[in-house]
Amino acid sequence: MATALGGHAPGSDKARPWTFYALATLFGVYLLFLYGPMIVIYILSFQGENGGVTFPMVGTSLVWFKNVFRPDQMANIPASFERSLALASVVSVLTVVISVAAGLGFRRRFPGAAALFYLAVASLVMPSLLVGFGIGLGFQVLGIQAGLFTSALGAQLTWTLPFGLFAMFAVVNRFNRAYEEAANDLGASAAQRLVYVTLPILLPGILGVAMGAFTLSYDEYARTTLAVGSENTLPLEIYALISSQTSPVLFAVGTLTTGLSFAIIGVTLLGIRHIQRRRAAGTLGPYITS
Amino acid sequence: MVTGHDVELVAVTKRYGATLAVDQISLRVARASYCCLLGPSGCGKTSILRMIAGHEPVSEGDILIGNKNVTDFPPVKRGTAMMFQSYALFPHLSCLDNVAFSLKMRGVAKAERRVRALEFLALVRMEAFAERLPSQLSGGQQQRVALARSLITKPRVLLLDEPLSALDPFLRGRMREELKKLQRDLAISFIHVTHSQEEAMALADLMVVMEDGHIRQAGAPRQVFERPKSPFVARFIGGHNVLSGEHGPIAVRADRCRLAKATNGEPHLSGRVAAVEYQGSLVRVVLETDHGEGATALVADNTFYASPVGPGDPATLVWSADDAHDLTDV
Repeated sequence: MATALGGHAPGSDKARPWTFYALATLFGVYLLFLYGPMIVIYILSFQGENGGVTFPMVGTSLVWFKNVFRPDQMANIPASFERSLALASVVSVLTVVISVAAGLGFRRRFPGAAALFYLAVASLVMPSLLVGFGIGLGFQVLGIQAGLFTSALGAQLTWTLPFGLFAMFAVVNRFNRAYEEAANDLGASAAQRLVYVTLPILLPGILGVAMGAFTLSYDEYARTTLAVGSENTLPLEIYALISSQTSPVLFAVGTLTTGLSFAIIGVTLLGIRHIQRRRAAGTLGPYITS
Repeated sequence: MVTGHDVELVAVTKRYGATLAVDQISLRVARASYCCLLGPSGCGKTSILRMIAGHEPVSEGDILIGNKNVTDFPPVKRGTAMMFQSYALFPHLSCLDNVAFSLKMRGVAKAERRVRALEFLALVRMEAFAERLPSQLSGGQQQRVALARSLITKPRVLLLDEPLSALDPFLRGRMREELKKLQRDLAISFIHVTHSQEEAMALADLMVVMEDGHIRQAGAPRQVFERPKSPFVARFIGGHNVLSGEHGPIAVRADRCRLAKATNGEPHLSGRVAAVEYQGSLVRVVLETDHGEGATALVADNTFYASPVGPGDPATLVWSADDAHDLTDV
């Protein structure tokens, strides 16, 4: 008699229905649509010195990458990259601080909680361009100079905070309040409880929010464009470059920024995985025998 | 002070909005005793435990611990320690750091924390697992660590919220013995919430049967089992038939009932056998009486097999008048 282990999984030797092939084809086309253009860009960024923005490749070179780092009168990629990085870092920190605090605070059903929540997430549905325009206009009316860390920062926070808040709701929902009660029981003050219990347990989720806010800020365009003032962020600079000149430098910028995004995501995921693995499997330290 | 009570509840009431979870409960737990709060889910037993611990504010009434009114004290000032149903061991800390947590919060130096925490891990025989994380332990091991973490605070009263419900039956029995032994050795009070009457009878010095936010009966397990006051208590602690007597409901222990012919005007009920369960040393015979009541007889196996009955057979349930008593509370 065949044992359960030796047998086939039920249905595994049945022919797949035609719908499987139809949907698989659809999915394949979708993947091609999604990644095809990007792959073309990555390939073309290695275009030879005398090549253009389309195929065929005229040899290969890294000259366009070098050009990225050489400021010219049309665009200053390195400077705007630094600005974007600085802005995204500030946005990320502020988003984490505010949304973690709000996520923990919203566990209490305080009066007006629902209204405050809808108010906070309403900016997600408002047209981005109008939000940026309103902020830019507001600064002008008040006679304040629009700038990277004033109006542009505010405009980006209208985008990242609701996302951060949603993410923290999901994180906090899975958090067992008994941990906090146990901390109280064991004599922790409110601050000790936060530092030694709540934040460490929520850390993977908090890192996720930080990463999300960083990437949202880093490639934000619509809200920033009308609120940024005189100094461009990287996406604005790239857009300016697209409308003024066409050379494979654009593609090189695309390749570099994609690489950076993946690097950030990769590092964060590794960090989260490290924490989770430490908790799940732990470090098999030496047993103490006394 | 030698006399006095470890815990005293005075007309404690708990409301959640309009619902009354605990209704004016008064209870005294004698020094160094094992108290079990027993009742079906939603009877308010966990609310009482959480109010004693200070994790839930009291709506009305007072809580005294060691003759001190602690009603408005934070948990750490009460002299209680709570063991949570989920254990609530901090997942990011090793067993040692979990147990040493309360010392760290009080600013005890690291070396001393370590020594003391190891002592308490040794008390629950978990010192070999000091460097492990909670997720690397089995449920029973996690529970021991949680126990050590609670006991290191030197509580006067240890509060246990359904501590055995997550364990398999074999482990449950063993942990039960250990809990009782720890309580005796440490000479502190344990207040243990459970819905298992078996657990309460095995452990408790004081068994408190609750229903609907009220204490229905409190006393030594033997006293409660031999003299349940109300039909609810008799049914909830099990082993009793609740039947209608001359002056209202009566309780008769199922193991004092037999299947026989009634003689000399002995009290009896006739009916038909509804089910027969073999339980090893006993056979459980369920009867449906002619009035439609259900009744159970626990019969010694050799007695049963001397004249066995099967489902559908007519049978008469007989008991002696001494074994029945009136259920005065309704």
